[in-house]
Amino acid sequence: MTIDLVHYLTVSAILFTIGVLGIFLNRRNIIIILMSLELILLSTNINFVAFSSYLHNVQGQIMAMFVLTVAAAEAAVGLAILVTFFRNRGDIAVDDASMMKG
Amino acid sequence: MTVIAIAFYLLALVTLASGLMVITAKNPVHSVLYLILAFFSSAGLFILLGAEFLAMLLVVVYVGAVAVLFLFVVMMLDVDFVKLRQGFANYLPIGLVVGLVLMGELVAISIAVATKGAAAGNQPLVATAAEPNIKMIGHALYSTYIYLFEAAGFVLLVAMVGAIVLTLRTRPNVKRQDIFSQVTRRRKDAVEIVPVKTGEGISE
Repeated sequence: MTIDLVHYLTVSAILFTIGVLGIFLNRRNIIIILMSLELILLSTNINFVAFSSYLHNVQGQIMAMFVLTVAAAEAAVGLAILVTFFRNRGDIAVDDASMMKG
Repeated sequence: MTVIAIAFYLLALVTLASGLMVITAKNPVHSVLYLILAFFSSAGLFILLGAEFLAMLLVVVYVGAVAVLFLFVVMMLDVDFVKLRQGFANYLPIGLVVGLVLMGELVAISIAVATKGAAAGNQPLVATAAEPNIKMIGHALYSTYIYLFEAAGFVLLVAMVGAIVLTLRTRPNVKRQDIFSQVTRRRKDAVEIVPVKTGEGISE
């Protein structure tokens, strides 16, 4: 039994679904939502690297690196907003976050 | 070949199981720890695919920086996480329906692309000693993608400045060093020479 491209793509698809499901299930907890976003970006990276490896082209790995950069920046800014929000509100429940509109 | 298959199934299973635990764990600290496990085992998948540099990058950047950042924030915020879990069961049916449809579509596309696409029947790229993975990445990154590389640096810089600006606050009652007033202070502002008559001293 050989491991083929479809195996990696399936793992990536399931991980993507888990990330989307995490956003659905934890609608109130923004920390878990941010972690679900990291899972989604990780599944994208697995897709990129799998195609890069099976197409014998290194461009996919470069793109995965850029995705990694953007994911790290997004996590940093997201958590900074979260900390500021918590400092102003004393809570991180996102359903009544409408005070953030101008 | 079977060794690779066993390693793949093990790593994939651990990745998916810990991904599932990330979104269902009751304690967010456990979620972060499962997130670390998911990243670590997908780094193993990257090594199986021959992307050694990206695997190490995933471990260093995600496990070393991003996950620890999450851990800090989760532990720093004093939040009642039980209250935040309300409504978990409410969204479970619709979430499962949407998730199953999404997964079915993605797997169908994956099978179609993998069996009929450009990569059909290919073997994974194996790095040789003459052309290792890191060398290929370096060649592409510093020639074709040099401007994108610089742009990625700017993205990180902007994110860093943004995070500092968002979280920086000045507290009212904290004494801080004011270097300008320290440096511009002159002798006549601080010292006064008073001629004192003998035997009388000075009054206020």
